[in-house]
Amino acid sequence: MEKFKTVTSVLTPLDSANVDTDQIIPKQFLKKIEKTGFGEFLFYDWRYNDEGTINKNFVLNKKEYKGSKILLARDNFGCGSSREHAPWALKDYGFVVIISTSFADIFYNNCFKNGILPIVVEEDNLDYLFKIATETKNFPLEVNLLENEIKNEDGFSLKFEIDTFRKECLIKGLDDIDLTMAHSEKIDSFEKTLKFT
Amino acid sequence: MKSKTLFEKIWEKHVVHEEDGKPTLLYIDLHLVHEVTSPQAFEGLRETNRQVRRKDLTFATMDHNVPTINRNKIEDEVSAKQIDALRKNCSDFDVELFDLSSPYQGIVHVIGPEQGLTRPGMTIVCGDSHTSTHGAFGSLAFGIGTSEVEHVLATQCLWQNRPKTFEVRVDGKRPKGVTAKDIILTIIGEIGTAGATGTVVEYRGETIASLSMEQRMTICNMSIEAGARAGMISPDEITFEYLKNKPRIKESGNYEQLVKAWTGLATDDGAEFDNSISLNASEMSPQVSWGTSPGMVTSVTGNVPNPKNEEDPVKRKSIQSALDYMNLKPDTKIEDIKLDTVFIGSCTNSRIEDLIAASKVIEGNKVSSNINAIVVPGSQLVKHQAEKLGLDKIFKDAGFDWRESGCSMCLGMNPDQLSPGERCASTSNRNFEGRQGKGGRTHLVSPIMAAAAAINGRFVDIRSYDIDFGEY
Repeated sequence: MEKFKTVTSVLTPLDSANVDTDQIIPKQFLKKIEKTGFGEFLFYDWRYNDEGTINKNFVLNKKEYKGSKILLARDNFGCGSSREHAPWALKDYGFVVIISTSFADIFYNNCFKNGILPIVVEEDNLDYLFKIATETKNFPLEVNLLENEIKNEDGFSLKFEIDTFRKECLIKGLDDIDLTMAHSEKIDSFEKTLKFT
Repeated sequence: MKSKTLFEKIWEKHVVHEEDGKPTLLYIDLHLVHEVTSPQAFEGLRETNRQVRRKDLTFATMDHNVPTINRNKIEDEVSAKQIDALRKNCSDFDVELFDLSSPYQGIVHVIGPEQGLTRPGMTIVCGDSHTSTHGAFGSLAFGIGTSEVEHVLATQCLWQNRPKTFEVRVDGKRPKGVTAKDIILTIIGEIGTAGATGTVVEYRGETIASLSMEQRMTICNMSIEAGARAGMISPDEITFEYLKNKPRIKESGNYEQLVKAWTGLATDDGAEFDNSISLNASEMSPQVSWGTSPGMVTSVTGNVPNPKNEEDPVKRKSIQSALDYMNLKPDTKIEDIKLDTVFIGSCTNSRIEDLIAASKVIEGNKVSSNINAIVVPGSQLVKHQAEKLGLDKIFKDAGFDWRESGCSMCLGMNPDQLSPGERCASTSNRNFEGRQGKGGRTHLVSPIMAAAAAINGRFVDIRSYDIDFGEY
């Protein structure tokens, strides 16, 4: 996995709560057998009108957010299906950081496997970020995972919490399976104790 | 000895490795695989030259993509490719596959229990969020992403942070017409779709203990809709009895020993949970979802909410956008909502008890002329069992389509989809925008409510029917 580096980017404000993985990547795009190429289908039903034209009102289609690497969303982002196609699509589109007040468990887990950093912040901080993202001066946010810090030129600075193990995996780009294989003797001896399965 | 919860007992028995500041390496007893979330995982094994560590604990089936009419010819080329990929992967890596031609094929969460693969005390994973269904047997069962599918295939283990425990008690006598589906929808409506995030829910109390295994599966199935990592119910005599004659248990020939091992798994008296709520079943009513999130539910006798009455601006906006999508006016009576489609199926409600109960409502009636209604049994076994009982005839005589098993219109990855604007009473688990087809509008209900809606062309209160549903 690619190593996670400090990100500096304008914010894309997706002002919706309970955004589910069906919205992030609708089911008709889950039939591919590769991990790549999902970005063009990200938020498909919101990004495109019924006849396939671009929905200019949808936030991702506004020119001020082009190239943004940081997505803001409201509570319970990524709920629903366990499909890892959701983080694949977000990453392929270009998002590497998602900031919300809360995330659904499976989605949160899946982000780390794909080099995406999900950050949980308090509601007033999220409100502030939404406010600057929708004003003319969208101050770029710097996300520094080494320091657990997000800050901008507006004087905003906030430390965020993150599991130290997950942080290390992101920063070093570690492969989970290799880590586990290092414990293979323990797995072998555990298996010898299995009884009732 | 300290009193422990079912969750604690299972977790502690499966710890392979733990150290401070890191997640725990947990052993997995059963890994279920389906065609949509596994191809990239098998590809990962190929790229790294890894094998499936425990072929004997890994089982696969195809369910999400499969057509429910002509299964021998899959017209959608991309679906066919994904199904072929699973066949090839199972053959290359020597994993047992319940293929389309198998008499045991079906929705992965229906066939695990049906075969006796799902057992108390196990850790069970699958690349599907509704894996929580298996928790009904007193197992710790949860959905995982494709990276984790690959990880379990390669190592039979997973890194997991220990979740908190959440006791959801339901006591009191269920009124007639209030099913397991109504109980879980009421719970989600009460605690919200993120109400159980980061926790494993154990459903407890006299109402839960009185439920059949199939009803318990309906409850645990929708734990994920409350945000829970997993849902579980302490195993008891009902659990053991259900498993007694299941094929894989009979084959093993050690049922008595298994029961001995399973006894004592149930949560001890006095065990403590991190969080707890209590609900009274006698106050519950048949539920209908009106919005685009499973927490947006109300009683069949209720009304669609009015966003004006909501003070929280984020919630008000959610209600308004849900009503816009659903094309419903504020304060509309639920019983005035007219329907186009009725879908009876999905891993939530497609088992034999569901079909029997729904058929009691249907028998001798006709599907309303403006309704397109289908029944999709959860598995080939359920289908054949239903046909033996003559249920197929009851449904077909009334005007229902009687289909082959699969996930079908729950998520519309196969051709069973809603058209834009179509409104559906569905026994499935998610009413998200576009879930059943782009622009489709989903109302979640129980199978008997769906059956009554099919006959009437709109929602009606199932309690007004004089039908003996037995313990359903």
